[in-house]
Amino acid sequence: MVGLFHSDIKNPVLRWIDTRLPILTMVQKEYGVFPTPKNFNYFWAFGGLAMVTLLIMIATGVVLAMAYTPNTTMAFDSVERIMRDVNYGWLLRYAHENGASMFFIVVYVHMFRGLYYGSYKNPRELLWILGVAIFLVMMATAFMGYVLPWGQMSFWAATVITNLFSAIPVVGEPIVQWLWGGFSVGNPTLNRFFSLHYLLPFVLFALVFLHVAALHITGSNNPLGIEPKGPQDTLPFHPYYTVKDSVAICVYFIVFALLVFFFPNYLGHADNYIPANPLLTPPHIVPDWYFLPYYAILRAVPSKLGGVALMFGAVLILFVVPWLDTSKVRSAKFRPIYRVFFWVLVISCVVLGVVGSQQPVGIWVPLGQVATAYYFFHFLLLMPVLGKLERTLPLPESISHAVLGGGPLPNGVAAKPMEKA
Amino acid sequence: MRTLRPTLIGAALLGAALLGAVVTAAPARAQEETEPSVNWSFSGLFGTFDRAAAQRGFQIYNQVCSNCHSLRQAYYRDLIGIGLSAQQVKDLAASKRFPALTEDGQPTDRPGLPSDHFRDPFPNELAARAANGGGLPPDLSVIVKAREGGPDYVYGILTGFIDAPAGFKLMPGLNYNKYFPGHQIAMPQPLRDATVTYIDGTSNALDQEARDVVTFLTYIANPELEERHRMGVKVVLFLLFLTGLSYAVKRKLWANVHH
Ligand code: HEC
Ligand code: HEM
Repeated sequence: MVGLFHSDIKNPVLRWIDTRLPILTMVQKEYGVFPTPKNFNYFWAFGGLAMVTLLIMIATGVVLAMAYTPNTTMAFDSVERIMRDVNYGWLLRYAHENGASMFFIVVYVHMFRGLYYGSYKNPRELLWILGVAIFLVMMATAFMGYVLPWGQMSFWAATVITNLFSAIPVVGEPIVQWLWGGFSVGNPTLNRFFSLHYLLPFVLFALVFLHVAALHITGSNNPLGIEPKGPQDTLPFHPYYTVKDSVAICVYFIVFALLVFFFPNYLGHADNYIPANPLLTPPHIVPDWYFLPYYAILRAVPSKLGGVALMFGAVLILFVVPWLDTSKVRSAKFRPIYRVFFWVLVISCVVLGVVGSQQPVGIWVPLGQVATAYYFFHFLLLMPVLGKLERTLPLPESISHAVLGGGPLPNGVAAKPMEKA
Repeated sequence: MRTLRPTLIGAALLGAALLGAVVTAAPARAQEETEPSVNWSFSGLFGTFDRAAAQRGFQIYNQVCSNCHSLRQAYYRDLIGIGLSAQQVKDLAASKRFPALTEDGQPTDRPGLPSDHFRDPFPNELAARAANGGGLPPDLSVIVKAREGGPDYVYGILTGFIDAPAGFKLMPGLNYNKYFPGHQIAMPQPLRDATVTYIDGTSNALDQEARDVVTFLTYIANPELEERHRMGVKVVLFLLFLTGLSYAVKRKLWANVHH
């Protein structure tokens, strides 16, 4: 479509811009009047929280990078220098470090929200797939970021995780050396990790853009999992959800601030304040907390290749969830059996997290195996079969209808969005 | 409103689950004996450093620990933060000698400056090990952050030297310590009752000395702590206010919407 845009904007300067590049109209359409189901609960704020967190990570990260030195002999000291000599460097660093944890908390809630309310189902499959891609890139980013301060856990986590690729038959060893840029984790590894750690957040940003673009084609799901039937079921995004999301952001910042200002090292590992020492293996190598469930899956089977396959499988399986779940009903609210199993899944993920933090001995081994088995059972067997067998509860006729709980709306009386529906 | 109850229950469950995961994710401690739990001036939301204790702690570091342990990340000027005057810091730094070069390139030494890092006791790791029977005294700049248990653990190490229990085979040159993992530590007991004499007349019992030096080391590891706590209180209060405000606006805006 070539040709100038017919803008409705009155202000001459803005109109001049909008005529040539209608981004103002776009923003107005996508974030102003955008029709949004009126029955969101606060779980729908977590996407916005993730976006805010990404921006915080990029802002703090870019400034940290101005004082950080990606060299094995200087990285640890440069981080200490940031903490001590850079103005508010401690704030930047603690915000960035805890921001990574907050990011994963928010994204995990966001993902479980999607699983509970069936937000991945037709027509939102691609939206979900983009989300899983974001999750993968986030994990890579966080892993490489954790290596940068070059403490003991940085070095040994990098060694353990990159070594996983050596489980691949034949090409495994060459791949690992290619990742390292040498014969062990060393200066070339640190350099490339820094480069990629700087790059990937911008890839994330692009993926998030596509994620949101796809969302604005399909529209949002909602706690009832039924599509809005008309304007009486929706509200303009602004001011209703801009204001509601602001409440969520304020509460979120309180939690974030408590961590940063009062317990900045609570989620970290003490060993990472010991400079990296390739000759001294720590007694207990663990990744950051948000990787612990995957770490437990990795160690659930006695074979290295098997563990690696399971671990990657645990993430990749999420890509096909839209096709594994055969139920036509989206929201778990109307799926009495699935709802119970959803919580079993949540519990088994938490159990996996705890198992991942422990040495693989005693009770922790079978516990990790049971939880791993359930994880795969849930997606591979339960979802397809239950979708076919489950007797779901009757769906309400429309969102407004469910809200009012009364009889059906008189035909043709479509309420305007602002009216009491 | 009817949708609120299950939502809240869901939120609570999910929150509890995540929190549980985070809390239990702290790896199991390998120590057999849990260290004593000391009541520190700097702990808690409003914690600040007891200046007098930190200064006594510096005296101990300076007279005892600095013979073996470096404090590489800290500067002499950091001592201003625990109440030393600029002149005291200048004099103190000047009393230390640092390697330097003469104008024609010959090695010499020079007096220290407040902007110098604390001087290392040993020129290199080999020298440090040679002087300590093979053991390496770690840098103490961030030691309270680098050990599970933090200040309590370091206090435990300093007060945990006892005779090895009967039947325990102690390797030559090592010492028995209740709290050190494996109990055999290369550090000889550095502090006992009356190892130092305090000019302010404070008791120099081992317990007091250990508390003082740990207070000093915690300051060195977290020189920003007081500013951080102060700022945190303000930020959280402001955010609480903002939350109240935005919630009120939200209530008003949504008052006419059935959802
Ligand atoms: C005679 C030399 C010497 C002196 C003096 C000394 N240390 Fe040590 N210290 C060592 C050595 C050697 C080690 C290493 C122990 C090991 O790894 O077995 C060590 C280790 C430590 C550790 C680490 C323990 C751990 O968990 O790894 C702390 C904390 C410590 N010293 C604190 C102090 C403090 C505080 C003082 C002053 C009161 C002090 N040291 C004085 C030699 C010394
Ligand atoms: C998706 C967003 C991001 C995530 C999840 C993330 C995660 C992390 C993590 C876990 C660390 C280790 C923290 C520590 O132990 O100190 C780290 C460090 C670091 N990150 Fe990021 N990061 C992100 C974005 C960025 C960006 C955009 C930049 C710069 C452009 C950046 C620059 C740095 C630097 C310089 C460090 C090392 C300094 C330090 O250790 O504090 N990060 N990051």
